[in-house]
Amino acid sequence: MSPTSEATAQAPSVATVADGCLLLSHRLTEWVGNAPTMEEDVAVGNIALDLLGQARGLLGMLGDEDQLAYFRDADTFDNPALCAAPNGDFARTMLRQLFADSWLGQVWAGWTTHDDDVVRGVAEKAVKENAYHRRHSRAWVVRLGDGTEESHLRMLTALDELWPLTTEIAMPGWRESVADALVEATLPVPSPAALDAEALASCAEARRELLAEMQSLARTHPGATW
Amino acid sequence: MALWEVFVRARGGLHHAHVGSIHADDAEMALENARDVFTRRGEAASLWVVPSTAIVASDPADADELFEPAMDKDFRHPTYFEVPDGVANL
Repeated sequence: MSPTSEATAQAPSVATVADGCLLLSHRLTEWVGNAPTMEEDVAVGNIALDLLGQARGLLGMLGDEDQLAYFRDADTFDNPALCAAPNGDFARTMLRQLFADSWLGQVWAGWTTHDDDVVRGVAEKAVKENAYHRRHSRAWVVRLGDGTEESHLRMLTALDELWPLTTEIAMPGWRESVADALVEATLPVPSPAALDAEALASCAEARRELLAEMQSLARTHPGATW
Repeated sequence: MALWEVFVRARGGLHHAHVGSIHADDAEMALENARDVFTRRGEAASLWVVPSTAIVASDPADADELFEPAMDKDFRHPTYFEVPDGVANL
């Protein structure tokens, strides 16, 4: 198979989706208090909470959710690298979100007929949440891509940076599902990404930093509640 | 960013009521921001957003001529009617 052939990412495991939703949720919370507008502050917070709820539903099925989220070492997380990629500017965050939302949209749709009751239950709820997330991220990608010279440039940079991270999530049909948004955003639709070990490794480092912060409270005060 | 007024219908059969305002650059963003800010706790069955510039407001200086004449006409209030049992939303 040539490097430019159609994407071949496999359907993900429950653990991959759980970890992906958890870390993507945390990344979005990094915007809370810093988003471009107050309205967007609430929007990214809402989306982060939806993703957290989805992660909890799946983690609870795999074991003790707090143990899995807060007391597992970084290298044992199984998320797609994209989900833990640093926020960068708002353009990059929204493009990352569109990529992840499109992937999750495919996952949830497939899991609405899953054999496991819990997975099916999480998926049925997540389908609607995801449709809104994707609508939101898609609108921002189009708005910024087809916006000012500056916003277009930032979207191009984000696309260059994030596209190599899509190999793990580009299931059959994924690229097509983001292509219409990229076209409407006057952005190029790159060929399917080739495996880029360096880009994926940099996300592993970013994930260690993310978890160091996310897990610090629970590890400093085990069992703390409020 | 422009200002938009937000109206929420709590459920079918009720009217849309003004709940506040939000900032947005276009109608699509206005609807999404209104959804995120005002319907997080399941308040809505339907949303309207209207550019604030479309609102025509009364002048507070005209309050006497506009509103004062209604103050002493209690026959306009429906307090003389018996409300039948089982009438909702009245």
